[in-house]
Amino acid sequence: MRHDHLLTAKQLSRADIEAVLDRASEFAADPAAFRERHPELLLALCFFEPSTRTKMSFETAAKRLGGDIVDMGSVESSSVKKGESLADTVRVIEGYADAIVLRHPKQGAAQLASEYVDVPVVNAGDGAGHHPSQTLLDLYTIRENAGLDDLSIGILGDLKYGRTVHSLAHALTKFDARQHFISPESLKLPRSVRYDLHEAGANVREHESLEDVLPNLDVLYVTRIQRERFPDEEEYRKVAGKYSIDADTLEHARDDLSIMHPLPRVDEIAPELDDTEHATYFSQAHNGVPVRMALLDSLL
Amino acid sequence: MTDTELRVSKIRNGTVIDHVNAGEALHVLALLEIDGSGGETVSLGMNVPSQTMGKKDVVKVEGRELSQNELDVLSLIAPDATINIIREYEVAEKKHVEPPETVEGVLSCPNLDCITNDDEPVQPRFDVLSEGVRCAYCETIVRDDLTDHLLA
Repeated sequence: MRHDHLLTAKQLSRADIEAVLDRASEFAADPAAFRERHPELLLALCFFEPSTRTKMSFETAAKRLGGDIVDMGSVESSSVKKGESLADTVRVIEGYADAIVLRHPKQGAAQLASEYVDVPVVNAGDGAGHHPSQTLLDLYTIRENAGLDDLSIGILGDLKYGRTVHSLAHALTKFDARQHFISPESLKLPRSVRYDLHEAGANVREHESLEDVLPNLDVLYVTRIQRERFPDEEEYRKVAGKYSIDADTLEHARDDLSIMHPLPRVDEIAPELDDTEHATYFSQAHNGVPVRMALLDSLL
Repeated sequence: MTDTELRVSKIRNGTVIDHVNAGEALHVLALLEIDGSGGETVSLGMNVPSQTMGKKDVVKVEGRELSQNELDVLSLIAPDATINIIREYEVAEKKHVEPPETVEGVLSCPNLDCITNDDEPVQPRFDVLSEGVRCAYCETIVRDDLTDHLLA
């Protein structure tokens, strides 16, 4: 990959993506073989929002490459609590670490950070904006289960505030994919993502009902309706629980339908599906480690 | 000089911004940060009849020649504007506005969750699209009412 930072999935070409996924396959096949690959690596984890999977998988990835991490810790215990700007925070941390993984509640935070430091910045989620490293592991999982060409994928739930959705939609424009977006009217894709998909000539359809499209899907990517992103609790209540996938829902689905979810889930996918062939979401989460190993390897 | 242009006073030296969309003259002044405090004589014609536009606004600024950069920014709210640079009562240069690729420090981002609306040492920056502008940080697209977001 020829980029200094990973800020959005838009910046990645198909070749960039395939190079990372191929490398991730090597790491996944024999993780122990790469323990001494980056012993000098010190990765800064700057998470201004809660995270389990993303943070721990980056930490694991750094350590599996032979490196280590420095963790900013919680916002409450950092200088951010004293009113320090993000620009100042990352300029300080630049002096400590070889790369910065940043999660922040504000959109554009990673872009801003990248303008103040010379070490690579990885956007690990900027509000409702982007989450490109999640997209890489999503694509890795999709490739394992359904392939990345001639793909029919349904993306369900919170398309407005869902940063994983925005990044995935951008990346899928690089492949031969039919994208079906399923959401309530109030949670449709934001104008900026629509603009990009239109500019890219993407094959896109929008639906309110999952039943309309389910029988045709190779992959169903389910997202949580994120209470914390709604400015108005009443608006959240109107759409909460609107889509819930269980065995009955899948009656008309293909046998090889792969169900994905960036997790955490609340009530979008019934636990009864966890042990079925459809459930891909836990292996999807596990894929975060080799994919992020490959990503760090490409940036360093 | 047409009858329309004579409705407001002729200027000796300065800039005449013509073919501004009706009702946008005050926004043009705001965008150019002309509020009279600089001592310029400013004349406005608002809702002036126009053969091509129906109605238009005209702005005349005495004693100031607008830079190309200012004209480019002007294109965001007055894309059809024509600019005459006046010297000794004569039109010395005619210019058209050209949309720039980006504008910085001109507009604020309407997205309250954009990092540029936090207390960060950064000027809001927008990429200019064929219609509207797009925040270079949060990517919010603004197509309508750009003047509502002019930075003071």
